[in-house]
Amino acid sequence: MAELQARVLYPGTAEGPALWLDEPLSFWGGFDPATGIIVDNNHPQNGICIKGTILILPATRGSGGTPGGVAEAIRLGTGPKAIIMATADANVMVGAAVAEKLYGLTCPVLEISQSAFTSLQYAENISLTPDGQISFKP
Amino acid sequence: MTESLQLNDDCAAMLHGDRGPALQFAMQLVKRAADVMGACELVSVTFAHIDACFYAGRAHVDFARFMLEAGARFEIPAWTNNGLVSLADENIRDPKTEMARGAKELMQLYAELGCRTVWTCAPYQLPGGPGFGDHIVVGESNAVSFYNAAVGARTNKYGDYLDVACGLTGYAPLCGLHTDEGRRAQVLFDTSAVPDSLKRQDIYFHLLGTVIGQHAGKQVPAIDELDPDVGEDALKAISAAAAAAGGVEHWHGIGRTPEAPDRDTAFAGLHPARTIAVTLDTLAAARRNLTSAADGPVEMVALGTPHFSFTEFAELVPMLHGRQINPATKLYISTSRHVRDLAAQKGWIDALEQAGAEIIVDTCTYFSPAVRGCAGRVMTNAAKWAWYAPGMLGVEVCFGSLKECAETAVKGEAWRDRTVWRGLA
Repeated sequence: MAELQARVLYPGTAEGPALWLDEPLSFWGGFDPATGIIVDNNHPQNGICIKGTILILPATRGSGGTPGGVAEAIRLGTGPKAIIMATADANVMVGAAVAEKLYGLTCPVLEISQSAFTSLQYAENISLTPDGQISFKP
Repeated sequence: MTESLQLNDDCAAMLHGDRGPALQFAMQLVKRAADVMGACELVSVTFAHIDACFYAGRAHVDFARFMLEAGARFEIPAWTNNGLVSLADENIRDPKTEMARGAKELMQLYAELGCRTVWTCAPYQLPGGPGFGDHIVVGESNAVSFYNAAVGARTNKYGDYLDVACGLTGYAPLCGLHTDEGRRAQVLFDTSAVPDSLKRQDIYFHLLGTVIGQHAGKQVPAIDELDPDVGEDALKAISAAAAAAGGVEHWHGIGRTPEAPDRDTAFAGLHPARTIAVTLDTLAAARRNLTSAADGPVEMVALGTPHFSFTEFAELVPMLHGRQINPATKLYISTSRHVRDLAAQKGWIDALEQAGAEIIVDTCTYFSPAVRGCAGRVMTNAAKWAWYAPGMLGVEVCFGSLKECAETAVKGEAWRDRTVWRGLA
């Protein structure tokens, strides 16, 4: 097992299959919270479902609707178990914080370096702790 | 990061729960956001424009209801952005759908939270808003850009829920566009190659804004020269187009906008990191980016993105005086109730409705059922509308000036003003 230390944007525990995205994702417009499926025609992973994954992505595509998309997916159970980003993003954190407050459902949000992001590309299963320890089989 | 954030007694009391569970949770969000954004302190804000009143799912309603029932009320002026539906017209949309029901419920909740229910994406067209140097909280992208650039108020772009949390607590993370350093111009757009005749056309500002959005990246752009007489509608056009095409949150128009009396002031005495030449070619490319349809029969003409202003009504009314919109074409104009009422006092709304136009308030033509049902060609004078529509609505767009939009609505097919487009074909 390999380990990485991430910066915690929103704390929590999670474990699950990794889904590594090549390109930034818009949670509002590029993603359908009703199904958990990426619906951005310009995204290389268009059509893929993020439900139940540890989602690893370079960044989000900017939209003030991001927190709503994240919170709605967590509410509906179509969202990822955790979100790991190579770019800090207050909007994703806000969506996760609101979902926990309203629904008691936790989706931790972590920030990692660009090199750590690259090292997770072929990880199959990932677990993470509330203090930001990421464990995976490289 | 967390340790470095300094909270004053007021904020610490909110975080501790002394002022109730709503403000406690709101301050938790503001503090976490400050940590993520790397802000070392919070700044008092005096105005909020709330975007979370625009329905985007049940979580929006649950969040607003939680805040209301936990006792939250806005203490600073908090004005509402567009809703997803118009509260003015019961017939405009099927009230039985879950989305329409949720949207109305959400709008009602923000009224109860103490918002001033202006329901507009162009709150700067109303009197009594923020002024130069005020720290404010805004989420709607064109309003962020306009308040920063044209008013000189200071806001970052706040996503949903964080806008509410900052508005309720009266505090925001002190970073980015709230600071002098974050507001300094970095990239210069040189417009000296553009003919003066084009610089007087309304369409120029939409195209220029689009070019700026496409090329500014994350840097604060400055237009090398903007005539002091350029009006608020042009500043709105640049703001909306630059925000839509590239996420621009602040810009300077040297000679026109309040933080840019001259180049040195805009750039804080430093040299531009880059200079980008705006030419007829780059403007023509922007025009092509905003046009997905060849000219031909037009099913709909959409005006008012962002909301149509009083001065835009003043220009449009004489263009349609004594004429009728083509029966095969719809003309929709979205605006705020405030501006509609001012225009109605002049008799303009009656005149436009007699010509066959439909005026939409509280929301955007973008979300009207007519647009959703439209499968054909739409003409708009709004770069923001044209930028998003082909992807989001699946309609074909031809972009035109206000005069072209008016003539096209009457003729039923795209009409072109050759004098405007000379050199931009």
